[in-house]
Amino acid sequence: MEAVAEKPLTIPGFPRPLKNHEMIVNMGPQHPSTHGVLRLELIVDGEVIVDMIPHIGYLHRCFEKHAEYMSNYQQVIPYCDRMDYIAAMSNDLGYAIACETMLGIKVPERVEYIRVIMAELQRIASHLLAIGTFGMDIGAFTPFLYCFRDRERILDLFEQTCGARLLYNYIWIGGLSHDVPPDFAGKVADFCTSFKPTIKELNSLLTHNKIFVERTAHVGVLQADVAVNYGASGPVLRGSGVEWDLRRNDPYSIYDRFEFDIPVGRGEVGTVGDCWDRYIVRVREMEQSLRILEQAIGQIPEGNVQSAIPKRIRPDSADLYVRTETPKGELGYYIVADGTTSPSRVKVRPPTFVNLSILPAMSRGAMIADVIAILGSIDIVLGEVDR
Amino acid sequence: MIPQEILDTLIKQFPGVTFELKKAGSGDPSILVPPDRILDVSRFLRDDDRMAFDSLMCLSGVDYTGGRMGVVYHLDSMTKRHKVTLKVEVSDDQPECQSVESVWKTANWHEREAFDLFGIRFAGHPDLRRILLPDDWVGHPLRKDYELPEYYRGMKVPY
Amino acid sequence: MKELLVDLLGNELLVYVLMAFVPLLWILPFALFAVWWERKIAAHMQDRLGPMRTGGWHGWAQTIADILKLIQKEDIIPTAADRLLFSLAPFVVFIGAYTAFAAIPFSAAYVGTEINIGLFYIIAVSSFVVIGLLMAGWSSNNKWSLFGAMRSAAQVVSYEIPIALTLLAVVMIVGSFDLQEINRAQSGSILNWFIFQKFPLLFAAALIYFVASLAEVNRTPFDIPEAESELVAGYHTEYGGMKFALFFLAEYANMFAVSIIAATVFLGGWNSPFGEALSGPLWGVFWVLSKSMGFVFVQMWLRWTLPRLRVDQLMYVGWKVLIPFSFVIILGVGFWVLLEG
Repeated sequence: MEAVAEKPLTIPGFPRPLKNHEMIVNMGPQHPSTHGVLRLELIVDGEVIVDMIPHIGYLHRCFEKHAEYMSNYQQVIPYCDRMDYIAAMSNDLGYAIACETMLGIKVPERVEYIRVIMAELQRIASHLLAIGTFGMDIGAFTPFLYCFRDRERILDLFEQTCGARLLYNYIWIGGLSHDVPPDFAGKVADFCTSFKPTIKELNSLLTHNKIFVERTAHVGVLQADVAVNYGASGPVLRGSGVEWDLRRNDPYSIYDRFEFDIPVGRGEVGTVGDCWDRYIVRVREMEQSLRILEQAIGQIPEGNVQSAIPKRIRPDSADLYVRTETPKGELGYYIVADGTTSPSRVKVRPPTFVNLSILPAMSRGAMIADVIAILGSIDIVLGEVDR
Repeated sequence: MIPQEILDTLIKQFPGVTFELKKAGSGDPSILVPPDRILDVSRFLRDDDRMAFDSLMCLSGVDYTGGRMGVVYHLDSMTKRHKVTLKVEVSDDQPECQSVESVWKTANWHEREAFDLFGIRFAGHPDLRRILLPDDWVGHPLRKDYELPEYYRGMKVPY
Repeated sequence: MKELLVDLLGNELLVYVLMAFVPLLWILPFALFAVWWERKIAAHMQDRLGPMRTGGWHGWAQTIADILKLIQKEDIIPTAADRLLFSLAPFVVFIGAYTAFAAIPFSAAYVGTEINIGLFYIIAVSSFVVIGLLMAGWSSNNKWSLFGAMRSAAQVVSYEIPIALTLLAVVMIVGSFDLQEINRAQSGSILNWFIFQKFPLLFAAALIYFVASLAEVNRTPFDIPEAESELVAGYHTEYGGMKFALFFLAEYANMFAVSIIAATVFLGGWNSPFGEALSGPLWGVFWVLSKSMGFVFVQMWLRWTLPRLRVDQLMYVGWKVLIPFSFVIILGVGFWVLLEG
């Protein structure tokens, strides 16, 4: 055996030298449950987490640099797709709204309705993936595939509309790339009616499963004031009992026309703000999205979806911050225009980047298996965290 | 509360500090704050009952070119339902600014990102390391004067 | 049967070797079949088809192809690993699982060795497996493997207690550790099966045994040592090729071993459920195998339905739920037997 090192080990980001009984474990960047290339440097005492240092940036693709190098504003949209690739429509929508606000464009009613339908379908698709992978992190494999089966039907709808299944480039500044196919509203309605029973199925398979509740209740509790101070948003914030949804509290597009509830965590099986609450918020949000969809598909007006698309975009010098509620939380675009045809700076405030920064605070004192549960309940997408 | 009222309150609260309200085109109005007072101002904006800016939506570094760089704070009050934008301007050869990490924890990673990509140093930040780029990266890529490196660790970068 | 073979071949050693091979002839096809079966069950529970191509009919040859692939793979030993322990571990695990079959009666006429402490022997040798798992986890020189090994050692050791206690309840009734004796005690009507006797004590014992056996063989919801979403693959993270296949084989052999013990001790073993009808040595093989396959199916079913417990919850279930209840059962059965005289 080699002699034990005399000098205690120090780690960047960890305030004190390591004690003798503590051990560093690298979770990731290749690990089945880090949802991509996230590396968590765990400092553990047996199975208990003493501290955790997240390392991100393995998927950094210089979105912000690319956006500055584009020759016009429209070319940024495909890059937006690639940030949160699980909810590309929502990313496009945020960027399009930001540019439209800057240019003062009023988009046609038909476009607004189609955008809302797409965004809500995307929300359901994203939450299905989040729930499925969360279940898999806890060890339940079957709900994962059930969720993928239903997500697939939403992707089929997207494919019929714009030909792409994952990265759509569908929502353009001032309009849409295509109109929807003729029987689209009917298909969405079919999806809504057939999807409701599958939520019940999911609830009976996973939500109220005793083991699942044991693993998620009282785990990773995030108090409301801590969540706000850390800037959490989306289901992570609502899971802590804060009724805050930008669709309601800072309405954009035409969300003020629809009736829907904002589900919040109430600590039904554990403490308010635990993993189960974050999970159930997503399940209930899918039901609310169905409600919005049902209201929206009946009201789509006729019109040309490309009539408001500007030929050339050259805003005056200005800077503004526009935020939208994506499935994962508050997605903000801070765009600085310098009077040329391409943006001088596009800063993205990715919801999961901010939500992920709470992970160390939530994990201290938990066990290794809990870290997986907490990480799954935050629902990160590394494409967006790293950009 | 509209930004003008917030500015008036700030001027009353911090005598001797110059604040400036700016608005360009269709953009958001913003209040310019000196870099060495941003921490006090932030703490006041969070703790004052009239302001109650409980969340920092976004913190961005910006390179305005011409030797100026900036940090932009977008604040939001969830209870009072108002927003404000604060701006700090620093020079690009010695970019240094106070950290607001102790006020809003959101700033922790955002300031690390601004440090990583712009080289702005945030005094008082507990753990100012690079966050997105590798630890041994040279330069701060989002600066406008950044030159794309031809080599990374001796490997030619294909363009 | 042994005497028959000795008469036939005239060499006792040859007979022992021959008899030792018979379970292997069952375990190997069983593992291949069970893996395919598990995939198909998983697939159908998850609204998909599973392997459909290899071999034609419903992908029956898929696992054979997989095994051929595993055999051809390069045998990699990590540089930092303890080479001797690393290479030895899969064999220790497999031997532990395989030697248990020596005392398992497949029919009234066939049992590897009819020793009078059969059940005791099986419990003893199957705890051999944990040494192999510890060796694998330690020698891999990988923190995830070490976690997996430590978890599995804690788990297997804890759960052996309720297993032994529940089996002891049956032993107290029969008055023998001999598995053939236990089988014979259940012959006749289906109501003589121990699961229906001393109701509800032995029924509860069967339940506890089944739950604890899931933990013993690292199946969901107790698959914590190899929890792929936490520990990558637990103690066999660093293994590949044939060594990995041996772990895999041992896992399925173990699954089958605990199932056949459950079938023998609680469900009448090779006894026919219809009394004297359809009984006999060959029918016995059929009955005991189908009963244990039933248990194997339930194990698979649970795996594709339930999430996984956390390691402290697992210890809680073992020490604070199963063990106290097993003691109650032991006491209850003891008094019952005492009062019956």
